[in-house]
Amino acid sequence: MARISYRKAVNQALDQEMTRDASVILMGIDVGGGSGGSGDVGSVGGVMGVTKGLYPKYGPNRVIDTPISESAIIGAAAGAAVTGMRPVAELMFVDFIGVCLDQIYNQAAKFRYMFGGKARTPLVIRTMGGAGMRAGAQHSQNLHPILTMIPGLKVVMPSNPYDAKGLLIRAIRDDDPVVFLESKALYDMKGEVPEEAYEIPFGEANFLRDGGDATIVAFGAMVPRAMQAADRLAKDGIRVTVIDPRTTSPLDEEAILDSVDETGRLVVVDESPPRCSLAADVAALVASQAFDALKAPVGMVTCPHTPVPFAPNLEDAYMPSAEKIEAAVRKTL
Amino acid sequence: MQLSRDELKRAYTSMYAIRAFEERVEKEFADGTIPGFAHVYLGQEASGVGVCFDLTDEDQIGSTHRGHGHCIAKGCEIEGMFLEIMGRDGGICGGKGGSMHIADMDKGMLGANAIVGGSPPIAVGAALTQKLRGTDRVAVAFSGDGASNQGTTLEAMNMAVILKVPMIFVFENNGYGEFTASEYSVGAPSLSDRAAAFGMPAQCVDGGDFFAVHAAMREALAHVRAGKGPYTLETRCSRFLGHFVGDPQKYRSPEELAQARANDPIQRFRDKVTTAALLDISELDEIEQQIRARVEAAAAAARAAPMPALETLETDVYVTY
Ligand SMILES: Cc1ncc(C[n+]2csc(CCOP(=O)(O)OP(=O)(O)O)c2C)c(N)n1
Ligand SMILES: [Mg+2]
Repeated sequence: MARISYRKAVNQALDQEMTRDASVILMGIDVGGGSGGSGDVGSVGGVMGVTKGLYPKYGPNRVIDTPISESAIIGAAAGAAVTGMRPVAELMFVDFIGVCLDQIYNQAAKFRYMFGGKARTPLVIRTMGGAGMRAGAQHSQNLHPILTMIPGLKVVMPSNPYDAKGLLIRAIRDDDPVVFLESKALYDMKGEVPEEAYEIPFGEANFLRDGGDATIVAFGAMVPRAMQAADRLAKDGIRVTVIDPRTTSPLDEEAILDSVDETGRLVVVDESPPRCSLAADVAALVASQAFDALKAPVGMVTCPHTPVPFAPNLEDAYMPSAEKIEAAVRKTL
Repeated sequence: MQLSRDELKRAYTSMYAIRAFEERVEKEFADGTIPGFAHVYLGQEASGVGVCFDLTDEDQIGSTHRGHGHCIAKGCEIEGMFLEIMGRDGGICGGKGGSMHIADMDKGMLGANAIVGGSPPIAVGAALTQKLRGTDRVAVAFSGDGASNQGTTLEAMNMAVILKVPMIFVFENNGYGEFTASEYSVGAPSLSDRAAAFGMPAQCVDGGDFFAVHAAMREALAHVRAGKGPYTLETRCSRFLGHFVGDPQKYRSPEELAQARANDPIQRFRDKVTTAALLDISELDEIEQQIRARVEAAAAAARAAPMPALETLETDVYVTY
């Protein structure tokens, strides 16, 4: 099996699905790049190079460079989706969701319900989130809690290359609108990824490690940090289970509840401010449905209730770290 | 209108400060002392300075991700700016904003903005304040050609017209939004044509010529201060570098790249004032030397400055909570 990057895994999924199904199109700012310019058109492939090579292969009708008009990008993708295409719209940074949220939550996410079950909206919004790149308060957020609370929307947070490919293929084939939240911190992460197309179902958590002392639930870029914490704890003989739900909506509640049933201790790691976070959501799930199993209060490792700061030392302090996760687990023991 | 020798020196000082600052940013970025991204204003100096030249600290501007030049033109101190974009203690925003969020309320600088199209609605509000308070102050929203396609920009234009607020929309058309040419992304023949369709007067000027921008801005100011509502200026500029420092720019032909610096606003200003015998070469050179020394010292001081105290992570989220 080839070892490829998270970036390449996303690219491969797009490429294979575009080859398989002519109704799959890409649209977004600079997804080709260079349109109207005097040099190479289509050579950029997005600010992170994720869609590189697709414009030369599929052309301007299927890899559509758009103006900087997020409401129209997402709205047009939703309109194309509900009328028969399978658009993958790129929202360059998830922070820009503020510009186009109406088209997502009042429009695409509600079509099926409001239209009495008659609509299908196979829309994928690929976007990226997360801090750590010194990109400042408007280019570093995750915002998955805002998306997860929207009925009608599915939300995916891949934490490694294998999952990125399989979950994106699943997202493109799904008949509901999906936000596919890539982690910019993980684009260079490498892992084994099969060449052929495969799907990973939504709502099925991945168990990265089994251990009876405590359960760590982590999302997206927090999964590798949770694994680091698990390694450090293992040195002291503390064995933890690490669960990556992979999708926040639907959420694999059973996997979390079953694990807490066995370990009795839970730490949730979420790169997000604490209020109304996924950490709070999972903590509430366990408190309401597995209270008797708990041997200690649920630990929540989140960011503080602040915007993302620019200064590197402040941004590092803002993030959940392996040290903070380790300390939170020890506190439950 | 003829500018005095002092005014010409002030204009050159401001333009050259932007040039020297941004060249230093380019170097510091390459050295790894500036975290994150850096979008520099090289080639657009005459636009920002021409627009801001007659503004006071009570006039407000809203800026963009390419905001360093607007800051300097509006009077922000380069010492605090270097500290800010290096994420240091003492930066204009305490190191919490960074290059794309430099703001200086004392100077009427309502912030660079990392959301394309973020500033125009805010500037409408700033202009509304002036209108309701009955001052003769104005607000300016800087936007790029790319930002001209954002819904927020177009909504702000219409609202400014119907509310008749004292506001000037400045579109700095440097031909590209990131890697996409305005030729492709803007459907209308020009950005100034669009403004006319919204019901406000508009001019398109050579953004490489300080004098052209300044003259047009004086007309715009006279219009908005007379209570006639907003005005649009399109300044046609040249972006010397890529979208960000380090952008390889394959989407621009080698010929175009070779031509990018032909319309150099600094050189054109020098040529104009020396040919007309308004200032001597030695006076211009002296300004340059002073600025170079100041930029050098400011950058060195910023590099040596401490990081912000960790306690500041959680301060200033609210006024009270
Ligand atoms: C809402 C939003 N969409 C996209 C971006 C990414 N982005 C940053 S700058 C930029 C190009 C802006 O072009 P233009 O307005 O012409 O300004 P210029 O860079 O030429 O100064 C883009 C697409 C963003 N920051 N915000
Ligand atoms: Mg531009």
